[in-house]
Amino acid sequence: MTHPYIPNSAPDTRARMLAALGLKDIDELYAEIPERLRFHGSMNLPEPYADECSLRRHVEGILQRNSSCGDFLSFLGAGCYRHHVPSICDEVNQRGEFLTAYAGEPYDDHGRFQALFEYQSLMGELLDMDVVNVPTFHGFQAAATAARMAARIVQRREVLVPRRMAPSKRSFVQNYCESDVVLREIPDDVSSGLIDQKALAGLISTETAAVYFETPAYLGGIEDGAAITRLAHEKGVLAIACVDPISLGVLAPPGEYGADIACGEIQPLGIHMQYGGGHGGFIATRDEERFVMEFPSRLFGIAPTRVTGEYGFGDVAYERTSFARREGGKEFVGTAAALWGITAGVYLALMGPQGMREVGEGILQRSRYAASRLGNIPGVRAPFLRAAPFKEFVVNFDGTGRSVFDVNRALRARGIFGGKDLSSEFPELGASALYCFTEVHTRADIDRLAAALKEIVTRR
Amino acid sequence: MSDTSSGMIQAKPALRRFHQAKWDEPVICELSNPGERGILVPRFDPGAAAAAGGARALIPESMRRISRLRLPEISQARVLRHYARLSQENLGADFNIDVGQGTCTMKYNPKVNDQLARLPQVSELHPLQDEETVQGMLEILYRFEQMLKEISGLDRFTLQPCSGSSAIFTNACIMRAWHRSRGEGGRRDEIITSIFSHPSDAACAKVAGYKVITLYPGPDGYPTVEALKAAISERTAGLIITNPEDTGIYNPHIDEFTSLIHAAGGLCCYDQANANGILGIARAREAGFDLCQFNLHKTFSTPHGCGGPAVGAAGVTSELAPFLPVPTVEYDGSRYYLDWNRPNSIGKVAPFYGVASVVVRAYAWIMNLGAEGLKRVAETAVLNNNYLMKKVLEIPGASVPWPHRRRIEQVRYSWESLAKETGVHSEEIGIRAADYGVHYWTSHHPYVVPEPFTLEPTESYSLAELDEYAGILKHVAEEAVSDPEHVKNAPYASTVHKIDHAPLDDPRRWAITWRAFLRKHGAPAAHCPSNA
Repeated sequence: MTHPYIPNSAPDTRARMLAALGLKDIDELYAEIPERLRFHGSMNLPEPYADECSLRRHVEGILQRNSSCGDFLSFLGAGCYRHHVPSICDEVNQRGEFLTAYAGEPYDDHGRFQALFEYQSLMGELLDMDVVNVPTFHGFQAAATAARMAARIVQRREVLVPRRMAPSKRSFVQNYCESDVVLREIPDDVSSGLIDQKALAGLISTETAAVYFETPAYLGGIEDGAAITRLAHEKGVLAIACVDPISLGVLAPPGEYGADIACGEIQPLGIHMQYGGGHGGFIATRDEERFVMEFPSRLFGIAPTRVTGEYGFGDVAYERTSFARREGGKEFVGTAAALWGITAGVYLALMGPQGMREVGEGILQRSRYAASRLGNIPGVRAPFLRAAPFKEFVVNFDGTGRSVFDVNRALRARGIFGGKDLSSEFPELGASALYCFTEVHTRADIDRLAAALKEIVTRR
Repeated sequence: MSDTSSGMIQAKPALRRFHQAKWDEPVICELSNPGERGILVPRFDPGAAAAAGGARALIPESMRRISRLRLPEISQARVLRHYARLSQENLGADFNIDVGQGTCTMKYNPKVNDQLARLPQVSELHPLQDEETVQGMLEILYRFEQMLKEISGLDRFTLQPCSGSSAIFTNACIMRAWHRSRGEGGRRDEIITSIFSHPSDAACAKVAGYKVITLYPGPDGYPTVEALKAAISERTAGLIITNPEDTGIYNPHIDEFTSLIHAAGGLCCYDQANANGILGIARAREAGFDLCQFNLHKTFSTPHGCGGPAVGAAGVTSELAPFLPVPTVEYDGSRYYLDWNRPNSIGKVAPFYGVASVVVRAYAWIMNLGAEGLKRVAETAVLNNNYLMKKVLEIPGASVPWPHRRRIEQVRYSWESLAKETGVHSEEIGIRAADYGVHYWTSHHPYVVPEPFTLEPTESYSLAELDEYAGILKHVAEEAVSDPEHVKNAPYASTVHKIDHAPLDDPRRWAITWRAFLRKHGAPAAHCPSNA
């Protein structure tokens, strides 16, 4: 059978090509793989669905067993967010010209270079910073690389991180950095869950390269990035700000308060959740050579061509990369999340300054409204921590006598995905969950959640 | 000029009269017109919003945005047109005979797989949903792991790494954890690789804390057993190597390599970036590897997305399985679940479970082909490669190093003699090839093969397309002889003309964002029509 994806499997063609090579059998092409290294069995793979119709039916049949956030009303966040994805974002990233391209030169792939340069430029405006990378894999990688960059820039080994960062992110950063960077925890202020700034001041030493903080923090509170950056600078170390880009129409951008390196996750900017597969990481700095030369990522720059008024693009300072210098380059570079970078650029172009302001304000208002509704339920404390939230806050159920597991199961029975259960990550918070509110939620959605929770926790 | 008077339609010339789209699009920041909107944001209930207060009231004073946000203001259709135009100025595999990005395995990305990956049952899944609501997704992750076990012969896989490099890094971390578990973590601090393995094999080992020893090719194009023996010591943690290497040559002594490393107490990791030509033919297990990785965006047909999203599936033997990243996907006979309780795990290598939409595509691809189909993919990719090699080597000035060795699924060629004769370099040949609507890639650095270029035709291109590609190279090579300046001044039919790269390496002049460009260079001078 000639497979539609394999044109030269047509018997006549195959025979002609073998003849052109003076071969009788295709196996002769493998003559250099010795018998002892050959696989002689038959791979035990499922029977294929050779035609597209049957294949589709098979895969759809499996996927039908999923229920999505389109089927349920979801208040899950904790690192992956359901924001509205503008139709134009999908339209652009589904175009075969972008979707199926890879690593061409600026002459073949001018569009990719320009679109990613524009992504860098729009992120630069949002962050108030002059240098932004072609996205790395995800926000975890961006944070880990930011830590390594800081250590190289300052030539010290220690980076301070908040105790309340996501344990999975902490695990990633730890694993990625451990051969060169030591992470030390900054204690939190118990009532707010934010960084204890007095303790931080005492922790910064001559070993310290940088203070890494998140605003909003993992547990949702708006960290005072301006104060932490000031403190870091007073002590002569760098400040690394991890920020949520969708907050920056209303929250101060890291460049405005002088953070040295900004990093974070672009998934909120027009990218579907995809079970956690829609991530991309940004890293941004000021335009200083000592910062730029420590990026492992590709950085696309604008350059003149031999034709007046024509914009060309290319790699800035390519020699710093592992493509150029293997283990002598900065960390490593390769395939990451370019398509999501293009998509995030489209998102920012659509939203403009007013859209970003409105989405930020609307999220803040929904969080405030949700806190007031949830906080009125007997035994429920919301927000549990005393810190102004952006889109997430901790809801505590200790006073209800119910576990988060029970509450979430009961919510599911009512068509709702409750917040992320924090009981195992931070047992000291008791029966707590992290709830997320975005612009996709209506007042009726939040009222429905409040009514369901009230019914669940007051039921005997 | 064609003769239209006869009314006859002439056949098209053998060489395509291609011209890349040229829209001359401004940078998007230049399209701003104050007051325009690209999309409206869903408003919150007015009463509830008023009760909550405005942003100022809800943000601590020190963290309120003060500066004006200078994003452009552009209506929706204009944003679409801008990006649609940029997309046309990009040469995806859907459009060209994409055999010129060797090592990248630019095969056909089936559209049905894209459609499946975009279903809401994939795109609208939150990774923290309860397992009972994602049984379908977990089943695909689980089943796909079983397939890779069969294809490699190894025992467990993680699908979390987000690229080949990420998978190699994960493998290096697993090696590190295994040596530590045996009390040898400190002593074993060297990884051996080869120069024709991907740069990330070296770079990732370095990030994991290892010193890197790089083997260079011997008389047959791959490192000799003697060179490996000389590199091995009590400090050897392991080997990370591709096979076939990026030259396309298969190292037939690879099992001696793995045996020698094992005898010295090290582990062997197989970077299977070049697996496309050996699916069902040769596996990691039989060659003695302990770890491996597959790029799903190469061998398993998922689209490259301009450089991601992607998946690097990292596989290990059962002995190393305890060190895999958390969580693993398990099946108890009735339900699928995530196992986080793995005390020896290296931890997290991605935020959740990796890029599920890529796995769905790759799963569908294997389910479409089956075991026989995968072998047919490999055989056809190798046949195509050897056919293309024959055609390319018929071009005067083209050669391959180690011509006495056969190639598997790709070839690193050389224009050394052409460059000596004409002064035209391989990069320049490639830029001229862009005038005919194809990609062409030289090599990773350093250039061990002089004036290199690397072609990998995969199984996806027809005989006529291979002939067309070879015909383009032949034409450009002949042009290099007859009119070298013409080749050196290319491109002519691209979106842009020759770029001045000097500012990109000059800190005073480089501009990585539009705002940096404006600060350093001022607004672009008004473009005067030439007849003004």
